[in-house]
Amino acid sequence: MSARPRLAAALEFSAPIVAVALALAAGGAFILAAGENPFAIYGLIFSQCFGTGYGIGQTLFKATPLIFTGLAVAIGFRGGLFNIGVEGQLYLGGFAAALAALALANTPAPVPVLGALVAAALAGAVWGAIPGVLKARFGAHEVINTIMMNFIAFSLVAFVGRRVFETATVRTAMIPAAAQIPRFDAWLPALRGSPANVSLILAVLLALAVGVLMFRTRLGYAIRAVGFNPTAAEYGGIAIGRTQTVTLAISGALAGLGGVNFVLGYKHFFELGFSAGAGFLGIAVALIGRNHPIGVIVAALFFGALSYGGLVINQRVPKELVEMLTALVILFAIAVQQVMERLARGLR
Amino acid sequence: MELLLFFAATLRISVPYALAAAGASFSERGGVINIALEGMMLNGALAYTLGAHATGNPWAGVAASLIAGVATAALHALVTVYFRADQITSGLGVNLLAMGLTKYVLVAVFHSSSNSSRVPGLELVSLFGLDRVPALGPVLAAPLVLIAIALTLGGQWLMFRSVFGLRLRSIGERPEAAATLGLSVGSYRTLGVLISGALAGLAGAWLASEQHSFTDGMTGGRGYIALAAMIVGKWSPAGAAAACLLFGAAEALQITLQGLRFPSELLQMLPYLVTMLALAGLIGRAVPPRSVGVPYDPERH
Repeated sequence: MSARPRLAAALEFSAPIVAVALALAAGGAFILAAGENPFAIYGLIFSQCFGTGYGIGQTLFKATPLIFTGLAVAIGFRGGLFNIGVEGQLYLGGFAAALAALALANTPAPVPVLGALVAAALAGAVWGAIPGVLKARFGAHEVINTIMMNFIAFSLVAFVGRRVFETATVRTAMIPAAAQIPRFDAWLPALRGSPANVSLILAVLLALAVGVLMFRTRLGYAIRAVGFNPTAAEYGGIAIGRTQTVTLAISGALAGLGGVNFVLGYKHFFELGFSAGAGFLGIAVALIGRNHPIGVIVAALFFGALSYGGLVINQRVPKELVEMLTALVILFAIAVQQVMERLARGLR
Repeated sequence: MELLLFFAATLRISVPYALAAAGASFSERGGVINIALEGMMLNGALAYTLGAHATGNPWAGVAASLIAGVATAALHALVTVYFRADQITSGLGVNLLAMGLTKYVLVAVFHSSSNSSRVPGLELVSLFGLDRVPALGPVLAAPLVLIAIALTLGGQWLMFRSVFGLRLRSIGERPEAAATLGLSVGSYRTLGVLISGALAGLAGAWLASEQHSFTDGMTGGRGYIALAAMIVGKWSPAGAAAACLLFGAAEALQITLQGLRFPSELLQMLPYLVTMLALAGLIGRAVPPRSVGVPYDPERH
């Protein structure tokens, strides 16, 4: 490989890093406006998120659902589909996990937790597959439909919730012990008090599985082919509609499973509004992770640290700084990507 | 009379939807998907509050909301038209930025993470005696209601009867053809997005003026409902406004039925279900402009 194409590849690869740097710089202006020193604030976030066992545990906990939702968005992007419904799928997945765990309360040990996991994945898969079918059958754009499905999910959970929540609360009863996912601090005293739990291991295993699926299987090839060039894929014998539906179902299942981190691993009940934007953050994670499973894990750790970082800086700068930083990362990421691609095109 | 009161409530609820939806049709007819409505409205609402708070004059608030809406739109246009980046992602980024920014400013200015202090709202006006119409009077006397109606009708004319509208629509359909006629695709698309921002900003002003304050996340997903209404209204200002009245009626019905143990959550779903059915072609096919969502790159066309 000669120097110019290598430089072009490096330019494209560096886009997310440049975007993060630009976003941090722009965020610095807001920190200055609040009368604080940007370096001190960013240093505080870094030291609190990675410097103590508790902080690392919190960062891992916040990163866990982002791996699920980041993978969900990434597999959609690979298939040429924009799944904005990840938030609703995550939410519904958490709700289904709680309901299944409660329904299976009287079954022997591994059944409740496995049942809850299956329910979470199924709920997300169904919620993802519906826009998939609508796209395959009627050509209806999945972006709008997944947005609509988010709101329908919120209303649906509120509707069913009114009948199943504990009196005068917005949460379900505690799930049985056999459905709970253990926390790391049971074995690792260093993480004491932090809610990081075994869901993280499930997330990493799923990332590996998604990597194998995407790059080593026939289905993964079909997904990427449809994403890259649907016409050519169809000419090559791939059923576009079915592939898109399957892609969105897998995407939804991944997102739905993300709900177990909170419901089975932390609070041990479902609570209204628990997803708190982790689904939307998945879009940022997939963008910065360049739709690659390893990239998704790295990006999830970054955004997980930011999420927890908001809480540690709140005394000095409004914690909403973190939301702005995330938004700036998204906007810079897509703009810088375009610039880098144009530069790279010139080099090749 | 009951029915008139219900219609008055519907009209009142529909105002912000109609403003944002009518505006969005200009963005999308020019070829730029506008998921950023929510953020434009939110920034508009905060700007209204700041303007009215600083000057004591609600009209200064309205001016501020216009500026904030247009500025938010300019960011969306910069990313999507100038950098040609993905329009959906940009919209989501803009919304997230507005959510963070409004809270950040709320804390900085009003020292509260939930709401601003009380600010003056727009006073009612008497125009052509409209304020004396039974039941509807108080709604028709609200200046922003009259402005919304005028803008919707004016927008419909601008979109389908003016040279500007024809050119904008041609750019949303076949930008390369429009470019060969010497039209600047980028300028028209930017203008479409900015119009959308101005109207969404006004929608935010209405919300803040009605409530006499800004509260965190006060748009509550209205931007997305407006987007849905624009789709059901087939990308036209008047059609979008009609869809907004339908969605507004569903919301008014929720309030009416609250005492009757009817599950209001099911009615909440209605706008979203209607939109999905419309997109699937089951209730009048909603076909988007041909080139909406596709960045225009003269080197590639």
